[in-house]
Amino acid sequence: MSATSTTVLLLAVFGASTVEMVEALTIVVAVGVSRGWRSALEGAAAAVVLLAVLVAAVGVPLIHYVPIDALRVVIGGLLLVLGMSWLRKAVLRAGGLKPLHDEDAIFAATSEELRQGAIGAVSTRRRDGMGFAVAFKGVFLEGTEVVLIVVSLGASQHRLGLAAGAAAAAAVLVALVGALVARQLSAVPENTIKLGVGVMLTSFGLFWVGEGAGVHWPGSDLAIVVIIGIFALFTLGLVTWLRRVGPRSGPSAPRVAVERTAE
Amino acid sequence: MNNIGRAARVFGSFWWDFLVGDTPELFIAALLIIVVALLLRHDHVLAVIVLPVMAVLSLMASVLHGRNKR
Repeated sequence: MSATSTTVLLLAVFGASTVEMVEALTIVVAVGVSRGWRSALEGAAAAVVLLAVLVAAVGVPLIHYVPIDALRVVIGGLLLVLGMSWLRKAVLRAGGLKPLHDEDAIFAATSEELRQGAIGAVSTRRRDGMGFAVAFKGVFLEGTEVVLIVVSLGASQHRLGLAAGAAAAAAVLVALVGALVARQLSAVPENTIKLGVGVMLTSFGLFWVGEGAGVHWPGSDLAIVVIIGIFALFTLGLVTWLRRVGPRSGPSAPRVAVERTAE
Repeated sequence: MNNIGRAARVFGSFWWDFLVGDTPELFIAALLIIVVALLLRHDHVLAVIVLPVMAVLSLMASVLHGRNKR
């Protein structure tokens, strides 16, 4: 496996993990502020442990027992679906047809819901079931896509450890920055990262489907860079065109939205 | 048995939402790309042109569909 595909793998996993962890951090901070930090951190840690177990339990058998070409076709198809759906959503957002993900609004809404759910004051030191559950669910749901990306990219290149390491590094970085600024990371350009990751996942997916099926890409692994270039140019053109023409009918979407879904 | 059934439903529902969700056209496009890749595996030149074109057209169709829905 060449340095090119390894670099793209690292960038794709790191980017995807960063986006999802920023969204997870918003929920964890909301739980910490409104229900207590002990439950928030325990819930988040439990989810991270479960996600790591999933990577090992699914990824390792895939690498050892499934024929590589079949694995690449299936995983390539999975990455294509995931990549194209990320790209579609990010293009619609960048083109002004879908509201951007607003971490500040999500933080405020989650905090308010959790406060309303509180019966009396919640101690910051005692364990709180609701806080634990909300933090666990938030991190687990946001992390599931990262696990799929780590397992897919890691297994198809036999670099599961490297992919898991890149995801963990992104999670640690987001947590550290989040702790330093003591709030959710609303300044992170999520949609731009999503556009980049969507381009990389789609390109990887197409490359592995071809490789697994027996197609020889010219330049071998270097073809990934060319495919990324094609999708990047196409995405840029599509976003520019959408910004110019707007929606088919009615006004453009509001700039931001409160949307608490794993995406 | 009831728990197993519920777990199977949750598992199936997760994968359905993940793979199909509100963009079934992209799922179908990915399946078609796999089929075409297998059919063209001996014609490398045609395959390296057709596969990216299929992916680009699928994405464009899905984005246009999303734009028209708004």
